[in-house]
Amino acid sequence: MMTASLSASPAVPPLSLWQRLGVALYRHPGLQLALLLGLPLLWFLVVYIGSLATLLAQSFFTFDDFTMEVSRELTLANYQQLLQPANFDVVLRTLVMASAVSLASAVLAFPLAYYMVRYARGWKKGFFYVAVMLPMWASYIVKVYAWTVLLAKDGIVYWSYQHLGLGGAVDWLMTLPLLGGNSLTTSHLGRFAVFTYIWLPFMILPVQAALERVPTNLLQASSDLGASGAQTFRHVILPLAFPGVVAGSIFTFSLTLGDYIIPQIIGPSGLFIGSMVYTMQGSIGNMPLAAAFTVVPVVIIALYLSGARKLGAFDAL
Amino acid sequence: MHSDQDRAPLWLRLLAYGGIGFLFLPIAVIIIYAFNAESAGYSFPPKGFTLAWFPAAFARDDVLAAIGLSLQLALLATVLALVLGTLAAAALYRREFFGKDAITMMLILPIALPGIITGIALLSAFRLAEIPSGFWTIAVGHATFCVVVIYNNVIARFRRISYSLVEASQDLGADVFQTFRYVVLPQIATALLAGGMLAFALSFDEIIVTTFTAGNETTLPIWMLNQLTRPRDVPITNVVAMTVMLITALPILAAYYLTRGTEDIAGSGK
Amino acid sequence: MSIAVQFQQVSRHYDSVRAVDDISLDIVEGEFFSMLGPSGSGKTTSLRLIAGFEQPSIGSIRIFGQEAAGLPPNLRAVNTVFQDYALFPHMNVLDNVAYGLMLKGVSKDERYRRAEEMLEMVKLGQYGTRRPAALSGGQRQRVALARALILQPRVLLLDEPLGALDLKLREQMQTELKALQRRLGITFIYVTHDQGEAMSMSDRVAVFNKGRIEQVAAPQLLYNQPATAFVADFVGAANVFDGELAGTLVGQQRAFAVRPERIRPAGQLDGDVVRVPGKLLDIQYLGAVSRYEVEVFGQKVVSMVLPNENGNAVAPAEIGAAVTLAWPRQAMLPLAG
Repeated sequence: MMTASLSASPAVPPLSLWQRLGVALYRHPGLQLALLLGLPLLWFLVVYIGSLATLLAQSFFTFDDFTMEVSRELTLANYQQLLQPANFDVVLRTLVMASAVSLASAVLAFPLAYYMVRYARGWKKGFFYVAVMLPMWASYIVKVYAWTVLLAKDGIVYWSYQHLGLGGAVDWLMTLPLLGGNSLTTSHLGRFAVFTYIWLPFMILPVQAALERVPTNLLQASSDLGASGAQTFRHVILPLAFPGVVAGSIFTFSLTLGDYIIPQIIGPSGLFIGSMVYTMQGSIGNMPLAAAFTVVPVVIIALYLSGARKLGAFDAL
Repeated sequence: MHSDQDRAPLWLRLLAYGGIGFLFLPIAVIIIYAFNAESAGYSFPPKGFTLAWFPAAFARDDVLAAIGLSLQLALLATVLALVLGTLAAAALYRREFFGKDAITMMLILPIALPGIITGIALLSAFRLAEIPSGFWTIAVGHATFCVVVIYNNVIARFRRISYSLVEASQDLGADVFQTFRYVVLPQIATALLAGGMLAFALSFDEIIVTTFTAGNETTLPIWMLNQLTRPRDVPITNVVAMTVMLITALPILAAYYLTRGTEDIAGSGK
Repeated sequence: MSIAVQFQQVSRHYDSVRAVDDISLDIVEGEFFSMLGPSGSGKTTSLRLIAGFEQPSIGSIRIFGQEAAGLPPNLRAVNTVFQDYALFPHMNVLDNVAYGLMLKGVSKDERYRRAEEMLEMVKLGQYGTRRPAALSGGQRQRVALARALILQPRVLLLDEPLGALDLKLREQMQTELKALQRRLGITFIYVTHDQGEAMSMSDRVAVFNKGRIEQVAAPQLLYNQPATAFVADFVGAANVFDGELAGTLVGQQRAFAVRPERIRPAGQLDGDVVRVPGKLLDIQYLGAVSRYEVEVFGQKVVSMVLPNENGNAVAPAEIGAAVTLAWPRQAMLPLAG
């Protein structure tokens, strides 16, 4: 019965237009690729790569200091201007902050990440993951705002150290050259705290991922061989987790490097690379110099990435 | 492992929970101060509990306009990113061709490079092309850095589903579009939803690229930034801050639960 | 008898790898045809070429006389049972089976009715509302079969469909598959690396090796007249003697094979036999039979299989002692190459 209906199945009827399109796609994998990739590729080439290219082109344009106008006359003057000592200060200030923030993040992140991997089980594991991820993704500007609330005169931090009798100690801190300022909100220390807070989750997650890959029996093997906790940590855990720290520092470092909002709101005056770029194009309107200045973080990050690659950070991502 | 060995030393527990406490302190502050009765300043302890600032905030035209604009932008950027990201993931999955790595790199670049570079690059291009800044320039910028979130989520899901499902569908007579409609789409639906929520949160919250492409438009984060540099309406700002926090946090939590146990939610990064 | 599937000088290359290397093959309508070979031998690629999941680099594939190269899978009159079953996890069993009919625009009532019938046929009548995840491996396999057969294909492709099942279930399914194929009368093309499976079910078997076909023949012929050393070795066990050894043994430099069960201790055989002195290395007790490993010429190990008596092995000598083997001259299977 079934065979009867089988043998009745006819030869393939002529193809519809739609089917012929299917056949064309099937015969030409390149056509499939073009149809899928065409739109996103076009978007990125035009919008993104195109923008980066114009930015690069602009860095060779001429800015006239008198008329405050940009002309398309090509020049290397903007790059020469980068090398002025005042601009070195900006770069140095930013680099010191980025390094300090990366270091502090690593120190804060490590115990937390270690606890997450080694001791958090079951629902706690999920809790810790969400507890790190949520502040990471939560609104950047709101977090910065929260810190201005925290650090405000008569705010929580102020109230806390007054009640702990630490008023004198904080006042003394504020007089120190590299940390101090008129108040917490306008101090280097305050800016550093906010930067560290904002980018800390970007350190925790890679370190946690790297520690996750250290086999537990390796830890036990080391202690079975008579190593003390500190020795295990120094000789087994730290070397294996180090690529994770480097991976995390890529985020903390480059995010600090490009930020211009935190330096604008918290801490003393003194430009960062980001604020320099922002001011140049904004209030001054010197887009060519701003464009040239964006090359600085790109070069630093590129150098940093090539160093990180040597330290094995990309395996930890 | 023995349970007694499994208990962390006290100092480590303190550091771990202390770290979490540190991460949540500013978030708690935002929630507390939204209900603070004080009308100017941030003194601690709060001066009393009130709900009065909520109706006051949501009666303000500038706040409502900013919320409306940010929601529209986030929605549009998410839709654009969903289309572009899914297409890119479908194109790059299971294919090897010259330039593939470069294309992957290009998708990641907008969130890998500091936002200021993306922002100023877009601005310089829009200026050069004499496109006036506004709603559409913001949307284009947002969509560009949201694509990678969708791409990551979708390609991770593609790698998890067996390709033989696609082949089975074709084998049973489905053309490319029917296979997408009946087999692929149901399989990637939660990944699209999760990615879409992350993209939405990312766009809703974005400030760095936005300041460059916004022109005279005021998104909610820009409204916040203006209040930060020239504080005027402290209690209103407190309420808006909590609103922004909720609108970004809820989709992120939802995305986490949608993809839990299947893969990490899309690449970290701003 | 018409040709269901025809390969004409088909090759499939990936970069420098020749997954399928210049294959020509006719598969006859209504036969149970197996593609047998080790992994990477090109059997699965050949099946995928028929289904349309791969396209030939060169050559032509005809399905019932119609050129199939360039025709996407959805326009081919063949259906496939996948190795991992490939059931759609988001649909229940009934919707999985009815999927092909839905695509053809068959009405809901009609396609569910026919899907129910198919499920009855594979003895899964009550399982329609379940999700594939709630089924056992054997049940999923049957659903995959029902889903492919509901479209009444003239050729059914099966890609190691029993590979994931345990031994007992696999043997039961072999019987059922063969019975099903006889009942439906359609062509089954069956890919497997299990020679026992191929031999027990197939009308004909193609033995694949390194992208080429070594031999196509009925199971008995394959066993009794293997064309090459590879076939002799892969299909059943064989002691293969290369040309050089053959020369010293029988004075003729042509490679040959002898099945272990044709070999006996010299004393048990008369007539036109070949005798070889050797040394017993090892005895492996296998239940109904025992295998004796014997070293000959101080280098080659030859397997001899003797039936056990009352369940006990009857060793011709102690391990390590000398033993002379013999086999009838007609038990020598001449090999090409």
